[in-house]
Amino acid sequence: MSRISDVFKNKKAFIPFVTAGDPNLAVTEQLVLAMAEAGADLIELGIPFSDPVAEGIVIQKADERALAAGTTTDKIFEMVCRIRSKTEVPLAFMTYANPIFVYGADRFLSRCRQCGIDALIVPDLPYEEKGEILPYCEKYQVTLISLIAPTSKERIGMIAKEAQGFIYCVSSMGVTGVRSEIATDVRQMIDLVKAVRDIPCAVGFGISTPEQAKKMTQFADGVIVGSAIVKLVEQFGEKSVGPVRDYVFEMKRAITL
Amino acid sequence: MTKGRFGIHGGQFIPETLMNAVIELEKAYEFYSKDAAFNQELDSLLKNYAGRPSLLYYAEKMTRDLGGARIYLKREDLNHTGSHKINNVLGQVLLAKRMGKTRVIAETGAGQHGVATATAAALMGMSCDIYMGHEDTQRQALNVYRMELLGAKVHPVTSGTQTLKDAVNETLREWTSRIEDTHYVLGSVMGPHPFPTMVRDFQRVIGKEVKSQLLEAEGRLPDALIACVGGGSNAMGLFYDFIQDESVALIGCEAAGLGVDTAQNAATMANGTLGIFHGMKSYFCQDEYGQIAPVYSISAGLDYPGIGPEHANLHDIGRASYVPVTDDEAVAAFEYLSRTEGIIPAIESAHAVAYAQKLAPTMRKDQLIVINLSGRGDKDVAAIARYRGVDLHE
Repeated sequence: MSRISDVFKNKKAFIPFVTAGDPNLAVTEQLVLAMAEAGADLIELGIPFSDPVAEGIVIQKADERALAAGTTTDKIFEMVCRIRSKTEVPLAFMTYANPIFVYGADRFLSRCRQCGIDALIVPDLPYEEKGEILPYCEKYQVTLISLIAPTSKERIGMIAKEAQGFIYCVSSMGVTGVRSEIATDVRQMIDLVKAVRDIPCAVGFGISTPEQAKKMTQFADGVIVGSAIVKLVEQFGEKSVGPVRDYVFEMKRAITL
Repeated sequence: MTKGRFGIHGGQFIPETLMNAVIELEKAYEFYSKDAAFNQELDSLLKNYAGRPSLLYYAEKMTRDLGGARIYLKREDLNHTGSHKINNVLGQVLLAKRMGKTRVIAETGAGQHGVATATAAALMGMSCDIYMGHEDTQRQALNVYRMELLGAKVHPVTSGTQTLKDAVNETLREWTSRIEDTHYVLGSVMGPHPFPTMVRDFQRVIGKEVKSQLLEAEGRLPDALIACVGGGSNAMGLFYDFIQDESVALIGCEAAGLGVDTAQNAATMANGTLGIFHGMKSYFCQDEYGQIAPVYSISAGLDYPGIGPEHANLHDIGRASYVPVTDDEAVAAFEYLSRTEGIIPAIESAHAVAYAQKLAPTMRKDQLIVINLSGRGDKDVAAIARYRGVDLHE
């Protein structure tokens, strides 16, 4: 039904994240196109939120920069429509429950559909509360992505059974951010998923190097990288398109070889 | 399927990483709240350590001065650590200990909840980390030192508006990174289920005592209960046992800062809209895109952009009413109660006193008002002096 089913087809997926509007939406648009060119299989666009409780300091600061630059949900939708006229790369929104709820879940998902957003990731919407948004995702055929965490344990089966598209495996305790080492037994988490269903599993939180990505894709179907890319955007600002393109290219190559 | 709802409000809107922690907490609370030994130990702590029951004091001079309803003050300010916060904290830290946790963390605004948590942690031998907005650590420097004296580590939070909501964000982040040995002692009737219910139950002792104390003193129920509301724990604790008594007006006083029609306030019921934040569906001060608004109040404890879900529901069903009180009114009430009754209230509680000053003269002399004096004002003296342009050198 959507582009999501092709993301993991016969390959390991590389899924980069950027915060929309950091440093401004014109740069975000170029970043998305450059990442698609460099081999990104799905691109996550963060809708900035004033109080991102699941984020570490790098993405918190990116959200602050984006909001200070005047970024709004409506302007992000307009940008996505422009991007969609230039590329078929699968796109996901990552944002918190409140920006969706206050915009109006029906109106939000209807706009997602119009602009060509394929999936939605909401870190503060656990299994128990997904009824708040899922009906609208189904109505407008946008895939609502489920997350599992190192603490999920016996919840994994229940979550996997109803998951759609792919499962976002949170590799570490705590918030997003680069980690030198990932201590969690991610392989075991994925095994618990696969015991229930054959659904792709992408690992995120803490991954920044080609070595880490390569190691993860020995058992995962894809890797998600956020903070490492957002750091490049923070460092290079309006000149970040080149460095981000190179980085994505290198990461994709590491999991392809 | 969704748990902990009050009408349409409440729920558990938190990252998956925390779900098993709140489920474990819910089960433990369910079990221990019915456990005789647990309740006996908690009752004993409340009596022998916190100093309960707190007094219900007839404010005779204030009553005479205002010339209307008879006014009683529920003296939560006389509790150990100086506020109602100790009621909830003793319950939660005792529960955490039963759950095998060795560390507690908490957010704090004015510092009252942080001090109470640090106190209970010292008493029960737990390690303790407190998260406090950087701006608040400066407004309430004395409380920071007090927490450190009690053995807690205080982490100033420099993100966002550097006040209470950011302290909650940071404590949630910390809990996400370490749940195995750590319990989050949430300080108000907010956050994800089971916190709003559990904190209300631990604060319910306030209203229970008021009911029996007033029956003894006056032989009847009050006509109005007045309490300040940030997240709303002291108000919920006072209101809860009177919800069924429909003749009793329940009035929450929220911080209107420089005025409800200015950008500088924290009046959630007056200005807020329905949203999902800090684990719950409730009313929040926010913009049309759901970005949480930077709120303001002279009172660090009421400087919060949301309100507990049970209050939101009491508002929806018309059982409680919520009124805004400005900085100016609260400071005037702070001074009024000090001079009239010789009681210096917390600036938070002064919001409730201010509304009572307006309400009492409109009522008959045989009617009864109870004001929840949720905390004492020592911590605010320096800030009020600054407000009045007096430069204090402590």
